[in-house]
Amino acid sequence: MSVAADPATSAIVGRLGQSALRPDGVAKVQGSFQFSGDLSADGFLWGATLRSPHPYARIVSIDVSGAWRINGVEAVITASDVPGVPDYGLISQDQPVFARDVVRFQGEPVAAVAANHPDVCRRALDAIVVDYEVLDPLVDPERAIDGSHEPIHPEGNVVRHQRIVRGDQSIVGPITVEGTYELGMQDQAFLGLEAALAVPDPGGAGVELHVATQWLHEDRRQIAACLGLDEHRVRLVLGGVGGAFGAREDISLQVHSCLLALRTGRPVRMAYSRQESFLGHVHRHPCRIWMRHHADRDGRLLRVEARFVFDGGAYASTSSAVLLNGITHTQGPYRCENATVDGWAVRTNNLPCGAMRGFGVVQACFAHEAQMDKLAAAVGTNPLEIRLRNALTSGDRLITGQVIESVAPVARLIHELAAMPLPSEPVGGHDGNPMRLPGGAGLTADASHVVRGIGWAVSIKNLMYSEGFDDFSTARVRLADGVATVKFATAEVGQGFVTLAGQIARSVLGVDDVVLDRIDTDIGSAGSTSASRQTWMSGGAVDGACRLVRERLFELVGGRHGVDPLRLSIDGRDVVEEFGTLRVAVAEATSGIEIDETFEHHHRPTEDLDELGQGNCHTAFAFAAHRAVVDVDPELGLVKVVQVATVQDVGRALNPLSIVGQIEGGIAQGVGLAVMEEIIQTAGKVRNASFTDYLLPTFLDMPEVVIGLVEEPEPQAPLGAKGVGEPPTVSSTPAVVAAIRDALGKDLTRVPVRPGDIVF
Amino acid sequence: MADVPENQIYTLHVNAQAREVHDAWVGESLLFVLRERLGLMGSKGACEQGECGSCSVLVDGDLVCSCLVLAAGAIGQRITTIEGIAPVGAPSDVQQAFVDAGAVQCGFCTPGLIMAAHSLLEHSPSPTELEIREELSGNICRCTGYGRIIDAVQRVSVARRAAGGADR
Repeated sequence: MSVAADPATSAIVGRLGQSALRPDGVAKVQGSFQFSGDLSADGFLWGATLRSPHPYARIVSIDVSGAWRINGVEAVITASDVPGVPDYGLISQDQPVFARDVVRFQGEPVAAVAANHPDVCRRALDAIVVDYEVLDPLVDPERAIDGSHEPIHPEGNVVRHQRIVRGDQSIVGPITVEGTYELGMQDQAFLGLEAALAVPDPGGAGVELHVATQWLHEDRRQIAACLGLDEHRVRLVLGGVGGAFGAREDISLQVHSCLLALRTGRPVRMAYSRQESFLGHVHRHPCRIWMRHHADRDGRLLRVEARFVFDGGAYASTSSAVLLNGITHTQGPYRCENATVDGWAVRTNNLPCGAMRGFGVVQACFAHEAQMDKLAAAVGTNPLEIRLRNALTSGDRLITGQVIESVAPVARLIHELAAMPLPSEPVGGHDGNPMRLPGGAGLTADASHVVRGIGWAVSIKNLMYSEGFDDFSTARVRLADGVATVKFATAEVGQGFVTLAGQIARSVLGVDDVVLDRIDTDIGSAGSTSASRQTWMSGGAVDGACRLVRERLFELVGGRHGVDPLRLSIDGRDVVEEFGTLRVAVAEATSGIEIDETFEHHHRPTEDLDELGQGNCHTAFAFAAHRAVVDVDPELGLVKVVQVATVQDVGRALNPLSIVGQIEGGIAQGVGLAVMEEIIQTAGKVRNASFTDYLLPTFLDMPEVVIGLVEEPEPQAPLGAKGVGEPPTVSSTPAVVAAIRDALGKDLTRVPVRPGDIVF
Repeated sequence: MADVPENQIYTLHVNAQAREVHDAWVGESLLFVLRERLGLMGSKGACEQGECGSCSVLVDGDLVCSCLVLAAGAIGQRITTIEGIAPVGAPSDVQQAFVDAGAVQCGFCTPGLIMAAHSLLEHSPSPTELEIREELSGNICRCTGYGRIIDAVQRVSVARRAAGGADR
């Protein structure tokens, strides 16, 4: 027991609400942080994958004998070597570990080898002879719908068809606006290429896989099934993850590396090249969207009609969930009573698509925001006013019939965004440095010809998983001698959950020292690091476990001192009694004892949509508003994004610096989709699978970012905080395109906006 | 380039140490040799064609992409990697500023950016924001959107000027 501590000295650094620093930061700046590609083991072999050069072909024969003749080759495996289930997949298991009779996309794995050097692997792959009968690829998603192409997969060419039909279907507005919009295929382009180290157990009884992934337990489920092993024989450990953005939610090299390790009895390292990475993971769905909005003469929405076609590529991955997200966000953050929506996710011989930051909502938002600008013009008002007139708020009903229970400060976001400062510099800047102009170092632009534009966009984004999925998270907390040890399987992919977990433990338990245990499958699932869900879900799990530990601590202290535990709380580093009769340091109270608790956090249940697209399918929502300022060279069709301002609904800012990082990074990916990034395929063949040809925003492409946060704590969220990762990517793209339209007075309907779209 | 037959032993001067390279195939890049032959895993490969800067090291003081340099071609040159940019255990001012400013998320691009930022501040102690953007534009970061990285570099520049002023 001690006297009351000075509040100034009892303040614990790194609690909730503070910009705590990353616990892995120093290791990362020193280069000592181990990414999955940095892991090694004694006697390891390199693994490599043979991939199909054709988007669609029948495999006539595979002759691997040439590979076996190369010195240093230790294993060559094909589909016939998969001991368990031959197919995998997140939602439906429709993707072969190795192609058997047919290849369905360029880059589909056909065989794998293990050898003592990457170049020996390369030569071994070259020596495998596959005889293909090339088939006519299905690359137009409309042909998947109309049935004019034969099924390219036993499960057919339509992955999911879902309608939303709500309200009066006959309503026709006095004002209607209509458009067809298209988004290209975006790559997540994380920097840390796919890599893993698989270590077999003696005798091949099991395997330990160190891998960069977003969801350890889901990987394990799929891997174990394909290996024909019980799940407990497959242990997964998170290898350091060099970014994810959705691309690591699906299996890539996991099964292959484990198979090679089990086959050779030696550890196997696999590491994709950049080209292989482009072919080897899922992408953001290209999408074509038609929308017609009906409104009254003031621009208030009466009915929205839409048709979505998502090109899922060769395998299902999460296409059905991406489609759901797209169509259920048709209306955007605006009130609308009546809706007629038709949504398709289809199979083609293009690259498989799945999760990427924004997950279907990026596509919907690009279309509905273009429509809102058209509507503003049609009724003679401005982009802000039209959005304010229609802004959703809590208690409003979505076109699925679901009532928005989340905090929904849409109007506030718009008002605060409008008050954000515009760029202080004119076109080209006060110093006239050509680097500030479109075309930059190319010195192609004359400032006098450059046109500036301003565009706006607002978004709604669902948080967590939908349609009845219980994506719970688990955490375990041990408190002993004033040190909290926290264990979870939450994939840290760069977002900073490791920082937040420490902040939660410090705040709830009054400790300075938090140790994070290894992230692996030795604890229950944390669900995926996706859907802006880990702050809410794993944050809720760590918070819940800490609260259980704290309860036990209060019982212990109360029992020792004859005080009702309900009158105890944590103040700084101390347990205190509410009337000041007791103050004892947490470190002292836990000296020599250990309190150990595990907690699972579940969000409230959700429902499937019915046939008419009605149902409480989503858990919660977050909102964001973006304003973009661009300078455009209309003669060469080049765009310089000058500034993006944003105001975002975050619930509660648990780590402001971390939120700024998510917002700036998310906007970079939104800007990339707006003006640069697209995987281009011709008849299913990829044209630009490299960082030379797939353009990513650099330091010079990124605009100034101005950020405002709206903090209205979310009552449903365990910590009051909403996920912040996706909203910046959702509405930044339409804001940039709106700004280009504003500069040119031109109806741009496709992203990325290419020079030709501007000039011609 | 020195004439190195296949699979001979050669010596590289890395982080002020002479390091023998054994069993290397002559076609191996400096990045591969640093990582796989010498165990210096701090330099990262993300594009292997000189577009992203993740593999940046200093060769005779010049910032280069080690994925584009043949290891055997760097014989006799001074190579500095992320492991040698600061004394072991003590982050440099640039490294510390990256941590403090929130310039690190996944961290994969970070070692290359630290090398590039050191190089920039070496030859241009007081860069403007535009200069920072231009000088570091050979390094791609997919997580941060670059804002906090610019802040980190500016912090170091300001702090070094303040320290320099105090010395006078």
